[in-house]
Amino acid sequence: MPPETDAEESPSFQIRPMSPPPAAQDPKGSLRSLELKASLLDKNDRLAERNRRYFRSRGLLALNLVSSPGAGKTTLLERTLDEFGLQVRCAVLVGDLETDNDARRLHRPHAPVAQITTGEACHLEADMVARGVEAIDLAGVKVLFIENVGNLVCPASFDLGEEVRVVLLSCTEGEDKPLKYPPIFKSAHVVLLTKVDAAAVLGFDVEVASRNIQRIAPQARLIRLSARSGEGMSEWYELIRSLGPKAI
Amino acid sequence: MHEIGIMSSAMDSVLAQARANSASRVHRIVLRIGTLSGVDPDALRFAFDVVAQGTPAEGASLEIETVQARARCPDCDLEFGVASGFIFTCPKCERLCSELRQGRELELARIEIS
Ligand SMILES: Nc1nc2c(ncn2[C@@H]2O[C@H](COP(=O)(O)OP(=O)(O)OP(=O)(O)O)[C@@H](O)[C@H]2O)c(=O)[nH]1
Ligand SMILES: [Mg+2]
Ligand SMILES: [Zn+2]
Repeated sequence: MPPETDAEESPSFQIRPMSPPPAAQDPKGSLRSLELKASLLDKNDRLAERNRRYFRSRGLLALNLVSSPGAGKTTLLERTLDEFGLQVRCAVLVGDLETDNDARRLHRPHAPVAQITTGEACHLEADMVARGVEAIDLAGVKVLFIENVGNLVCPASFDLGEEVRVVLLSCTEGEDKPLKYPPIFKSAHVVLLTKVDAAAVLGFDVEVASRNIQRIAPQARLIRLSARSGEGMSEWYELIRSLGPKAI
Repeated sequence: MHEIGIMSSAMDSVLAQARANSASRVHRIVLRIGTLSGVDPDALRFAFDVVAQGTPAEGASLEIETVQARARCPDCDLEFGVASGFIFTCPKCERLCSELRQGRELELARIEIS
C-alpha cells in the first residue's frame, strides 16, 4: 500500500451504484433478518485486550507511536534509548512494510529490539504485536515502545493493547494536519510536535500547530521537541516516568 | 487502505452466520460506521465487492449507516453533536471537549439471509 500523502486526491477506485436489494425477488419469501451488532474489529480488539492484560501484569508501560512517514519516530527512539534507556530498561517493536532499517538503527546492547515486517498491511495489528513480544527478552523491561508503520489513517482503528498512544506531527508537515486526520488525533493520549529545531527555517508556525492540536485533541498532553537539538526531550522522559508503573 | 482487511473479517462473520442459520444466500448487509472510526465508507464498498465475489454474499446490497460523532461536556454534562468538523466546543459553556459518546463505531449491525 502506498503511504498516506497530504494531497486530497480523489480515490483511485470507482463508486458503483448499488444493485437493487434482491430481497424483493425472493420467491419463497423465506427472508430472515438477523440482528448482529458485532464489532468489525472484534478479533483485533480481543487480542489487544489480551496484550494489555499481559503488559499490565508485567508492570510494563506500552506506548504506540504513530505518525506520517518520516515524522521522526525512529530518531526520537534512538535518542530516547541512548539517554532515558540507560536508566530505565526499554524495548522496541518496530513495524515496517518491508525493510529492517529502523530495527538496525535502533539496535543497542542494552535494549532488545524486534522488527515486525507487515508486508501488505499499512499498520500494526494486535496479533503482530503479540508475536513480536514473544521474540524479545522482556526481563527487566519497564517500557515497551511500539513504532507503528508510518501512516496517519489506518493505525487509528487498530488497538494494539498499548497504555499510551503517542501521535507525532513534525514541523515539516502542515500545521493543519490535525484537522485533516481527526480520528488519530482524537485517539491520542500524547501528541509530540517534532523537529521543532527546523520550524523557523521551514516557516512552520509552531503556535498555530499547537493550537490546532489542542482544539482537535484537548485530551492529549502536548510536547514540542527535537530529537536533534534535544529541546523538550527531558519533558518527554518525565512524561514516560509519570505514566509508567511506580517502579520506573 | 485497511478496509480490505476489515471487510474480509466482516465477511467471515457474515458467512459464518449464514451457515449457522443454514442460509444459502445473503441479501443485505447493514454496517454502522462512525465518522471518527478512521474507516472510509467508499473504500469499504469497494472492498465489499472484492471480498464478496464468489461467495453467497455476492450481489448482496451493502448499506452503510453513518454514525455522527457526539461529545459530552465534562463541565455542564451536555451531550451534543457537531454538524461538521471535529472540534467539539460545548454550545453552552464553550469548553473544548474530548469525551466521545459516539462516532467510533465499526459495527456489523444486521444481515438478511434466505
Ligand atoms: N531537523 C530534524 N530532523 C529530524 C529530527 N528527527 C528526525 N529528523 C529527520 O527526519 C527524517 C525521518 O526521520 P525518522 O526518524 O526516520 O522518521 P520515522 O518517523 O521513523 O520514519 P518512518 O519509519 O519511515 O515512518 C530523517 O532524515 C531524520 O534525520 C529532528 O528532531 N530534527
Ligand atoms: Mg521509522
Ligand atoms: Zn458545557
